[in-house]
Amino acid sequence: MQITVTVNGTPYSRDVEPRLLLIHFLRDELRLTGSHWGCDTSNCGACVVWLDDTPVKSCTVLSPMADGRRVLTVEGLEQAGVLDPIQQGFAECHGLQCGFCTPGMMLTSRWLLDHNPDPSPEQIREALSGQICRCTGYENIVRSVLWASKHERST
Amino acid sequence: MAGAYGSFPRKEDARFIRGKGTFVDDIQLPGMLHGAILRSPLAHARIVSIDTAAAEGHPKVSAVITGQMLEARKLAWMPTLSSDVQAVLATDKVRFQGQEVAFVVAEDRYSARDALELISVEYEPLPVVVDATKALDPGAAVIRDDLEGQQDNHIFDWAAGDKAATDAVFAAADVVVAQDMLYPRSHPAPLETCGTVADMDPVSGKLTVWSTTQAPHAHRTLYAMIADLPEHKIRIVSPDIGGGFGNKVPIYPAYICAVVGSIMCGRPVKWVEDRSENLMSTAFARDYHMHGEIAATKDGRILGLRAKVLADHGAFNGSAQPSKFPAGFFHIFTGSYDLQAADCEVTGVYTNKAPGGVAYACSFRVTEAVYLVERMVDMLALELGMDPAELRLKNLLRPEQFPYTTPTGWEYDSGDYANTLRVALDIAGYADLRREQAEKREHGEYMGIGLSFFTEGVGAGPRQQMDILGLGMADGAHLRVHPTGKAVLAISVQTQGQGHETTFAQIVAQELGLSPDDVEVVHGDTDRTPFGLGTYGSRSTPVSGAAAALVARKVRERARIVAAAMLEASADDLEWANGTWHVRGDPEQGKTIAEIAMAAHSSLELPEGVEGHLDAETVYNPPSLTHPYGAYICVTDVDPGTGQVSVRRFIAVDDCGVRINPMIVEGQVHGGLADGVGMALMQVIAFDSDGNCLGGSFMDYLLPTSVECPSWELGETVTPSPHHPIGAKGVGESATVGSPPAVVNAVMDALKPYGVRHADMPLTPANVWSAIQGHPVRTDLAIT
Repeated sequence: MQITVTVNGTPYSRDVEPRLLLIHFLRDELRLTGSHWGCDTSNCGACVVWLDDTPVKSCTVLSPMADGRRVLTVEGLEQAGVLDPIQQGFAECHGLQCGFCTPGMMLTSRWLLDHNPDPSPEQIREALSGQICRCTGYENIVRSVLWASKHERST
Repeated sequence: MAGAYGSFPRKEDARFIRGKGTFVDDIQLPGMLHGAILRSPLAHARIVSIDTAAAEGHPKVSAVITGQMLEARKLAWMPTLSSDVQAVLATDKVRFQGQEVAFVVAEDRYSARDALELISVEYEPLPVVVDATKALDPGAAVIRDDLEGQQDNHIFDWAAGDKAATDAVFAAADVVVAQDMLYPRSHPAPLETCGTVADMDPVSGKLTVWSTTQAPHAHRTLYAMIADLPEHKIRIVSPDIGGGFGNKVPIYPAYICAVVGSIMCGRPVKWVEDRSENLMSTAFARDYHMHGEIAATKDGRILGLRAKVLADHGAFNGSAQPSKFPAGFFHIFTGSYDLQAADCEVTGVYTNKAPGGVAYACSFRVTEAVYLVERMVDMLALELGMDPAELRLKNLLRPEQFPYTTPTGWEYDSGDYANTLRVALDIAGYADLRREQAEKREHGEYMGIGLSFFTEGVGAGPRQQMDILGLGMADGAHLRVHPTGKAVLAISVQTQGQGHETTFAQIVAQELGLSPDDVEVVHGDTDRTPFGLGTYGSRSTPVSGAAAALVARKVRERARIVAAAMLEASADDLEWANGTWHVRGDPEQGKTIAEIAMAAHSSLELPEGVEGHLDAETVYNPPSLTHPYGAYICVTDVDPGTGQVSVRRFIAVDDCGVRINPMIVEGQVHGGLADGVGMALMQVIAFDSDGNCLGGSFMDYLLPTSVECPSWELGETVTPSPHHPIGAKGVGESATVGSPPAVVNAVMDALKPYGVRHADMPLTPANVWSAIQGHPVRTDLAIT
């Protein structure tokens, strides 16, 4: 079936099998490989992208469900060569090691900061509780989000 | 440390924060096909027939590979890293649920999966051996009837220490405490699963394999040995790796299948496992059924320790550890204590479970060893009515005892253990915590304080004791210095998140007076890097880090000769300080490495001993292991009504010698502490009586998230390794090794008023609740 999905501001039309998962649409069809696949069961969050204005686990979203909608992936966080503060925060605070969970962590954190610009460490932990990191023990991820909350763009 | 050491930002991060890393599944080659594995639904069954006709008829299928086809190529079985063999694709029987039975190659990953459904396999079910404690029962089904002469499920018996001396100290002891305990089967579960892309060039005969491997060079040699391919025609590329933790050390059957698929189809073949395949079939960890005994005087002097272990290795002995000891480094189980005698006996058995045993940041079974001794010491404290901190301080090895040889033959290089424990006790506010605990108990609140102290031996290793299929455990390094003084270091170890591109640049920069920005690190490609055995067992810094420092010193010595020519002085009169070679006493006229490198490439008449550039290479053979250690304290609150445990605080004081990049060290410790919380409270790969894996997805195999983990409180002491060129020790696994007993000790401490002395990991709410009721459960089997 024909679908059109606007990913990071660019519309893409593709003929896909109805069963094609959004994560595979992004990775294999559009070659946007920043979003990762980690578990199949919506537990790990490595595949988190935004569908319209909400983070979703793209391993359990069928690509036709994104037809006519907007998707934001990690590749869309940087704007005109300027990193999003959440990207800077992860680099500043050593919020990543292997980097596999990082895109999903950043996209959920971006959503949190948009809705709660000054979150507490507990609120950050709660917001990220649907995502797994096997390397950092979460401490520096929390610090990264706090850093971003203190360094948001003025615009 | 001055110079290039310090919390330098990671070079790796630029690509990862932009989603521009390159993981194996990100690789797309022209004409690439996709593979999928058909797995056994049964834990033990004879294969009567396999019918692949329908799958072969699928319009998008290029090939279906079975064990029978592999047999014709002598590839149906492959050697394991523990001198056993493992089926690549089953020919005679399946021996665990999830075992590889057939491999489909198709145009896309969905079609490959579809085709699996079209293969019909007729199985004749056989009795299943699930419980390791019954594996040696007479009449137990023999799992490995493929091995000539194998009449039972016994793999090995192994012992270390001095049994007679241990018997003597136990006989003389005032107090003996004994306990059975299980370190349950766990899985490293890196967030990226295992996968490969195999590409055999039919014209040149060159095989390129992109693979999630922690040891690309070892894999290349193993491919050559397994598949009888010429080693110089094999290139292994390990791109960005999404976590390893030991899971990505072995070669898995599907890797071989992908290579065969590429040869058969003349096109590249990608195979990436799904999460269930990862959890059910790849290298698990632990599964040690342990009996411990500790002997002491009544005033708390520990005299001796005994351990008897039943080791469940699964259906094939694929334990990925390089030592000549069948139980890895388990006999380091006397830990950090000054005791007179110890002995251990370990028996390995086959069961109808996935193969493995050594994975998950265990430092080749130091995890199990530390858990045993630290639980025994706590139970001794309980028996003696002594504070567990006081008991440890009384028995920890003293600085003047180093180098110290343990009763089981380990030589520890350095340490000031009591100091490290005191630092941890100070950070924790230990006395206040004990007061708070006493007050809470009066109000019916159950707070626990748990300690652990660990010593590891990491950096495998001296080749007299360690090798992988005959390959000694040395690592090479090659350092090129360009004319402008920018350097490229090629190393044999492979980062899976440890940040080698940063820390190894710092090591070289420190030795040469450069900025880490001026040093690029090349790794993970056997065509571009020197031979070495890879990253696992916390060996990168102890072995490859030493090679990096030494190769930089070789460059520095070559630079000295050139600098002498530049300064028209004798090389003997030069000294190196603040990043320049200069005539002793005249630092103003010094020459930097960049200046010397340019001169070495120029028309300057070069003295004897320098051919024209500064490049150098080296191989480092570790003379010994390094011995990081640490003191950990965990504070938990237990709800006796639900059995829910929450970790309120965790204090970790690590001594890993000189820290090259403290930020990265602390990050690794953080990650290991989360592992400890997970293993102690949540994670287990259990089985039902039919051998069905009960931990086959993240719905069932629970990993800690941000809400189960506290904000870690770290401290450090620094005792440099006396034999390592920069005084560093490994640290990657320290926290995974050291933290589980601290959590368990804390929970047991909380449950002390209930008279609970021990319950096995994971301390899930149900398990804790049962323990409070006086009925701790077997955590490795389904509760029926």
